[in-house]
Amino acid sequence: MEQILANGLYLGAQYALIALGLTLIFSLMNVLNFAHGQMYVFGGFVTYTVVAQWGLPFIVGLVSSAVILAVMGALIEKFLFRPVIRKSKRDESTMLLAAGIAFFLDAVILLLFGEKQRGVPKIVDGVFNWDMRLIMPYDRILIGVLAIALIVGFIALMQYTKAGRAMRALAQDRMAAQLMGVDVDRYSMIGFALGALLAGLVGGLLVTITGINLGMGGPTSIKAFMMIMIGGAGVISGAIAGGFILGMMESIGLTVLAVYGDITYLAIFASLMVFLAFRPQGLMGKPWG
Amino acid sequence: MNKNLVGIAAFLLAVFVLVPVAIAATGRWDLYYTLTSVALLAIGSAGVWLTFYIGRINIGQGAYALMGGYVSAVLMTKAGFSFWATLPLAGLFCAGISVLIGLPILRLRGVYFAMITLVLTEVTRLAALALPVTNGAKGITSIPLPGSLSVFGITLIPDFATMANPKLGFYLLAAALMVLSYVVLWRIVNSRPGHLCRSLQQNEELAASIGVNTAYLRVLTYAISSFFGGLAGAVFVAISQSIYPSSFAVADSVNFMLYCFVGGLGYVTGPMLGTFVLYFGWDLLSIAKQYQLLVYSSLMIAMMLVLPNGLLSLFDRKGGKK
Repeated sequence: MEQILANGLYLGAQYALIALGLTLIFSLMNVLNFAHGQMYVFGGFVTYTVVAQWGLPFIVGLVSSAVILAVMGALIEKFLFRPVIRKSKRDESTMLLAAGIAFFLDAVILLLFGEKQRGVPKIVDGVFNWDMRLIMPYDRILIGVLAIALIVGFIALMQYTKAGRAMRALAQDRMAAQLMGVDVDRYSMIGFALGALLAGLVGGLLVTITGINLGMGGPTSIKAFMMIMIGGAGVISGAIAGGFILGMMESIGLTVLAVYGDITYLAIFASLMVFLAFRPQGLMGKPWG
Repeated sequence: MNKNLVGIAAFLLAVFVLVPVAIAATGRWDLYYTLTSVALLAIGSAGVWLTFYIGRINIGQGAYALMGGYVSAVLMTKAGFSFWATLPLAGLFCAGISVLIGLPILRLRGVYFAMITLVLTEVTRLAALALPVTNGAKGITSIPLPGSLSVFGITLIPDFATMANPKLGFYLLAAALMVLSYVVLWRIVNSRPGHLCRSLQQNEELAASIGVNTAYLRVLTYAISSFFGGLAGAVFVAISQSIYPSSFAVADSVNFMLYCFVGGLGYVTGPMLGTFVLYFGWDLLSIAKQYQLLVYSSLMIAMMLVLPNGLLSLFDRKGGKK
């Protein structure tokens, strides 16, 4: 049981970090970022290139993932989403754009990094073992702790800095924020960059454990969607809750339902449907946010 | 109206006469497969378009195509049904499932609905892997070709196995189904429920407040949409004579949605055009080899920047409407 809980926590911390970026972008611009999973894969490959191929320390790889993805996110917002949002009749059009970007990033990743599964050497050796009741490699613990620290850092950023306050205002009411003198364009761009940065960071963190390959983008996006549906789209606490809940459910499901075959996600989806029938906006979402 | 009739006649002529003649003349038999796929995918996108019509972003059509395919495959191989009987059954099965799934999820809107339908696609794939009747990852293979269809002793459609050219047969079948689907779609849009659907798209609360049964309309539209999806899936299975859990995946669901966007959400024929342009464009771009996806996605992004309201919005401006 302790093992299941620990696994769930570890998974949940990563998931929450992915969902945070997605929900941030969604709350600021009402854009469902299909390319989020691809951004995550891209971040993983950047860390892989820096650490495994150039032989630099892991932290350099992580930082360069974050920086590259943040710049990428800012450019995508400025040159792609902003003009399309301004011109199109229905705001769903951004979904086509996001899907196009997802394909584009897939193609870029394929051309730049190839299709092979890549990983970096373990950053810490050894396994934590508590009476055989709880076994966890140290690198997983480190990554889990780093992920939680990043989540805390992100919340602090949103709560206590000027940029964070501006973004929260934007998420609440774009028009009102603009009337209060918030530079909407600038903070949309910062928000998108921050969301992409988070995706890149998770990619960089996870490449040390699970490795990374081209095909991971889509499934990651789908998991992130599930998390923000559980928690409620566009709400930061919801994304964190959703991430941890999905992590726990996956961890428990994989253990308890293993005898029935690979039906964990089927069960999770069925329970999600029942849940949404009672609470369509998720745990903490605004109705029809 | 007269102009429209001429246009429709020209379209039918092109689809059923000119294309086969041109292909026979040039010997490009491989084009039949492409065109058949376009026609079938266009049926699926017609369903997606219909859900757009009530203001829902549907990224779950791949799920129904997969379900329809499996229903058809299982009925043919395990229960010995004829293909022609499984075709409507696959559609009806999907419509039935979509009512069950739609009742809770159609209460969701916007991005929420989009996300859950996307998740549905993935879950259907997982279900196909896990359920015993679908034969797991190995899929169902060597499904017989469609047999002959006869009504009162008159053979309407000959046995596909005895046909000299089953590719042509499949093309005609798919094209006929496509035309039929779009006639149905056009009829729905220009009927009283169609107008009511448009009111849902604009403002659901307002529509409900003046007495439109929104819940019923939503589920009905979604069921019709899924029927189209199942139909397309069933024919696909008959053509490839096999089905795997990966036959329709998330990428296909997203593509169905993209076809609608590219063609334009405000036009009945939008999804058909979008499917044709995107699918054919993808095929043509295969000359770009490893840069195929790069060029394709760049074009898609560029198109969004230039024409965010779909290809058919070009004609809007010419007509001077806005």
